[in-house]
Amino acid sequence: MIIEGKDIYFADLNKAIKQADASEVTVNNIIGQRYIGSGVQGKNLILHGTPGNALGAYLDNCNITVYGNVQDAVGDTMNNGEIIVHGNGGDTLGYAMRGGVIYVKGNGGYRVGIHMKEYQENKPVLVVGGRVGSFLGEYQAGGILVVLGLGVDNSFPTGNYCGTGMHGGVMYIRSDVPPQNPLPHLLIRECAREDLTEIQPFIKNYCSYFNILEADIFNKPFYKITPGGGNHYNTIYAHN
Amino acid sequence: MSINFIYPEYEVVRNEKRCIKCRACERQCANEVHSYDQEFDCMEAQESQCVDCQRCVTLCPTNALKIVKTNNRYRENANWQQQTMEEIFRQADTGGVLLSSMGTPKDYPNYFDKILINASQVTNPPIDPLREPMESKVFLGKKLNKLEFDENDELLSEIPPQIELEMPIMFSAMSYGSISENAHKSLARAATELGICYNTGEGGLNQDLYQYGANTIVQVASGRFGVHRDYLNAGAAIEIKMGQGAKPGIGGHLPGKKIQEKVSRTRMIPVGVDAISPAPHHDIYSIEDLRQLIFSLKEATNYKKPVIVKIAAVHNVAAIASGIARSGADIISIDGFRGGTGAAPTRIRDNVGIPIELALAAVDQRLRDEKIRNDVSIVVGGSIRNSADVVKAIALGADAVYIGTAALLALGCHLCRTCHTGKCNWGIATQREDLVKRLNPDIGSRRLVNLVSAWNHEIMEMMGGMGINSIEALKGNRLMLRGIGMSAKELEIFGIAHAGE
Repeated sequence: MIIEGKDIYFADLNKAIKQADASEVTVNNIIGQRYIGSGVQGKNLILHGTPGNALGAYLDNCNITVYGNVQDAVGDTMNNGEIIVHGNGGDTLGYAMRGGVIYVKGNGGYRVGIHMKEYQENKPVLVVGGRVGSFLGEYQAGGILVVLGLGVDNSFPTGNYCGTGMHGGVMYIRSDVPPQNPLPHLLIRECAREDLTEIQPFIKNYCSYFNILEADIFNKPFYKITPGGGNHYNTIYAHN
Repeated sequence: MSINFIYPEYEVVRNEKRCIKCRACERQCANEVHSYDQEFDCMEAQESQCVDCQRCVTLCPTNALKIVKTNNRYRENANWQQQTMEEIFRQADTGGVLLSSMGTPKDYPNYFDKILINASQVTNPPIDPLREPMESKVFLGKKLNKLEFDENDELLSEIPPQIELEMPIMFSAMSYGSISENAHKSLARAATELGICYNTGEGGLNQDLYQYGANTIVQVASGRFGVHRDYLNAGAAIEIKMGQGAKPGIGGHLPGKKIQEKVSRTRMIPVGVDAISPAPHHDIYSIEDLRQLIFSLKEATNYKKPVIVKIAAVHNVAAIASGIARSGADIISIDGFRGGTGAAPTRIRDNVGIPIELALAAVDQRLRDEKIRNDVSIVVGGSIRNSADVVKAIALGADAVYIGTAALLALGCHLCRTCHTGKCNWGIATQREDLVKRLNPDIGSRRLVNLVSAWNHEIMEMMGGMGINSIEALKGNRLMLRGIGMSAKELEIFGIAHAGE
């Protein structure tokens, strides 16, 4: 089923998508409509154009492919499913996602993967092909963040304060140089090839979705970032 | 040792003639104050651990116990009082941020106590609620300014989603994690029986409690704990938590040791890992951004659930509320600075924010001035202590109130203000299985139903006295209020006359 996205109000567009009697829905000429995929069940959405903020918020049992860039807060509190973006992502990409996978071909904005978490068998994964802005993985409590830094040479592909408040989960950052001024509460080490087993299937998918050679990914080192031991929040209080 | 010694704040007074050494006090105290000395066949007390929760006192079968505040005093000083000095000792000892629980105990003015309620005499008959019809039901949500009908008198206008309450009182947000499963069960059952709502707080909704969904408000906070599609659709409404009266401007932090298997499942986070609620929602830096979260929630629930935005009462609350009313929210909830908390930095709890009475009066007036008062309902909380406070709040412009501390008191809380230790002897603010069992949800819910039913009856008595027979007619009816002992400025903010005027 195909829906024309031009000149249609977001609420009407989302209603049309929800009510579409087809498991695969294509929307053409999207121009900034928000909340696409929020509350949609059991569908594959193929989106052409530029979806607005909060694409795939609370995504559950639904997959989204975007041919274009996306804006802010994509996959906010996403439960499961897959979002594939053939373009760049914005700020707070994957905010508090607890399941599913997001692949962004290009870059991400600020606070990517903020407050990502995991529980039981749910473990979210977010793969960004290019570079990301500051505060990557802020408050990360679980899940896997991967930044491939494609097209970025001789600089670490994240902005400042990478992993601030990180207290769970793991990041894999591909870079030919180690991070500058890493935050003291993080453990950072260069990965051996076998350390990458965990992300291998997601790299494979990334390459196949965006037509990139796997060899071009593994030609640079990866750095693995995890929170250091010790609970620094418990030590800052005095019971009164 | 000597330099950091603080004399125990409370002393355990044991009447040896009455004490039968049954050791009930020892079994009841999670703080391990009481112990039995076999050699000397006597009970002992480690008073430095005592928090004055009164658990041992109430369960002593022979009334042999009482807890008294120590009369050991530092040299008197009106400026440097004992508490002030001890806080300095604690910080000098630990280097820590002082952490406290529940609402501020400081002696700030309580304006509810400076407001008096009117009654009819001669010119307008009082109404007897026991024998005459009286409406305590309220609907919370956006109200349309006009209704449109077709030629057959069928309603054309789409009525925005509403919360229907049998009385203008709800249980305020307290998360599973900060309080126990049995406390949540008590609140959920009582809310269902009363035809009102309780609020999950930001800790998600336990699977067993989905059955009470029609009487549940589900909360979405910056940590997004336990938020998913079924959760959002489970309740009567969704509340976005932007702030909390006891700690405006800061986030929350549930220590990993409180995140057991069940709490982890409900919050949808790993076991044993700290649950951090950031101070801001990092996708909300403006009213426009708030609108975005509101509508993403409305989209996820097909526009069937009213969305509440909860903020702390702060200095510019009226302007903020005006923005929220324009953001698409259906209900604004305002939490005053005397509101409770499971843990907050002492300095913030005791110094940040403003009283709910002033915030409410300012917000209601602002929304009326801007002709957007009907676009939202207003719910207020932050130390509503009795039915008279409820009546005064409604007359100042509230649609309903949230009660938190009062509800916990009904469940057995004695306001010892040490929730942050996780060792609540009353089974409320704890996740320790042996302590949680002490709160029986059958008894807990019964006591909550008793409390709120009694308040509702009192509210109707007071309304009847004024010759008013519905909450709707009391709402914003400031002519029914008079100030006592207030300055001209205070009266101006409240929009009420002084007693005698």
